[in-house]
Amino acid sequence: MTQPEGIEVEGLVREFRKGPRAVDGIDLEVAPGEIYGFLGPNGAGKSTTVLVLTTLLPPTSGTARVAGYDVVRQGPDVRARIGAALQEAALDPFLTGADHMRLQTAMHGLPKADRIARSRELLARVGLTEAADRKVGGYSGGMKRRLDLALALVHRPKILFLDEPTTGLDVQSRTALWDDVARLARDDGVTVFLTTQYLEEADALADRVGIIDHGRLVAEGTPADLKAQIGQPTVEAIPGDARDLDRLAVVLERFGERAGAAPRGASVRLRGGESDLAEVVRALDAEGIAVEHLQLHAPSLDDVFLTKTGRSLEGAGAEHDEEAEGEQAEDNRAQSETTVAV
Amino acid sequence: MNRTTLLQIGHVARRSVLRTARQPAQIVPALIFPMFLLAVNSSGLQRATSLPHFPTHSFLTFALAIPFMQGALFSVMNAGTDLARDVETGFLNRLALTPLSSASLLTGLLGGALVLGIVQAVVYLTVGVAAGASFAAGFPGVLVIVALSMLLAIGFGCIGLFVALRTGSGEAVQSMFPVFFVFLFLSSMNLPRNLIQTDWFREVATYNPVSYLIEAIRSLLIKGWDGEALALGFGIAGVIAVVAMVAASTSMRTRLVRT
Repeated sequence: MTQPEGIEVEGLVREFRKGPRAVDGIDLEVAPGEIYGFLGPNGAGKSTTVLVLTTLLPPTSGTARVAGYDVVRQGPDVRARIGAALQEAALDPFLTGADHMRLQTAMHGLPKADRIARSRELLARVGLTEAADRKVGGYSGGMKRRLDLALALVHRPKILFLDEPTTGLDVQSRTALWDDVARLARDDGVTVFLTTQYLEEADALADRVGIIDHGRLVAEGTPADLKAQIGQPTVEAIPGDARDLDRLAVVLERFGERAGAAPRGASVRLRGGESDLAEVVRALDAEGIAVEHLQLHAPSLDDVFLTKTGRSLEGAGAEHDEEAEGEQAEDNRAQSETTVAV
Repeated sequence: MNRTTLLQIGHVARRSVLRTARQPAQIVPALIFPMFLLAVNSSGLQRATSLPHFPTHSFLTFALAIPFMQGALFSVMNAGTDLARDVETGFLNRLALTPLSSASLLTGLLGGALVLGIVQAVVYLTVGVAAGASFAAGFPGVLVIVALSMLLAIGFGCIGLFVALRTGSGEAVQSMFPVFFVFLFLSSMNLPRNLIQTDWFREVATYNPVSYLIEAIRSLLIKGWDGEALALGFGIAGVIAVVAMVAASTSMRTRLVRT
């Protein structure tokens, strides 16, 4: 069933010459009005997927329909219905925010009266009215990202692709952008496909999350469902006396498998769930180990990633950095190799 | 061509002009550097006019044709560097996601180059008049010089766009500057070809198309209306423009990837 404002992907593959499969058989569906978080480390294939879904890169095989149109055979129809803010805000430092809006509205062929009104409305929406006449070269990272978002919305798209929209932003700017995106989905019914490497971003924003690693979708569901699949909370403890760390770890391991912890402490995933916490406290007391800090953590998306891939998202990010550079180079090469009808 | 296409072309051209106008480092050298060389050459080489068969008594008038070629080189740099930056920053992808066609984008970019070419030509001519250069073909000749400058801006601008699209690198565009300068220096830039005494130099200048571009402008300044010189100048400029435009538009379709 084709969804007019959704995304349907089946067996999507994007292969680069002399390289690994950046996207390796992805199947996913995004419902109209949904915020779908595409979570994965650098180089996992997130940006390549977005380039394919936004018609900027043809897939090697598989099918993808965006807003009901095939991304390969009906590119112009897809583009008419989507907005995109791709990785790194692509802005001209010598133009003002208003200049950018003027250019973008003209490229989409809006009538003159609409161009002016829409520009004002969107600049106000992202809080850039006062900065509209300043050159973008002087904007902060957050302002650039907000302008990027406004530009993506000029033609009232039904589906919005945001590729790592908050990477490199401070917490305040990140939160402001989250509010903007959430409002778009809630108030305007825009479907949002959001890639991110931040767990908290996917957790805070996404209705559903797809976790991608090495080009494959390794888990998918609502953040709550995914965490529930893991089920087990972790308990982390830091001993009052650092010399007791090994003994403390041995005690904790009676209650479950070890998990990542702060350097001065130990952590385990509780086999018996939260109810084990009292037993843990009693066991530590029985061993005479004074505890400086004891904390119960609910399962996180990082735990989900760890369970599905055997690595934490942070560690995978470092491992993938080189691959990501290779992938970007391949993207650029592929874009210069492919001749298409425009 | 419908209204939307015209609107898109106009806005792309407007952006080209705006961003160049807001970068003094791009616009000032294109205006100052050729005028500085004109001042140096016309004062330092004035005595060359006493050579037998030198076509004029004013080296200033003779040398005034050169800035138009130097301006064309700056068209390569400005148009090419800006587009390469768009490739590097992803701005071209932003445009690729709009209904803008590759032909409209190319036309808009050339529109920007054209406006700057006209500004350069007007500045060079104004300075030339103020310094005392003569215009044998009168005001109609000035208009023809501006027209040839526009053709040169389009042709050389397309070369810059082509390199930018093929390489996606501003550095690659800038590396062409010395190459073009070699062409300029190995032309009839400083002496009429018939007065160049060194055989190989005269031979190279004769085969160098830049010589004929300079001589077309020079003919209007010194002789008046010389059909052969103008036909050669406009012919060569036209061929450069057509070949470079085909190359640039082919590369644009390749670079502006979308399904």
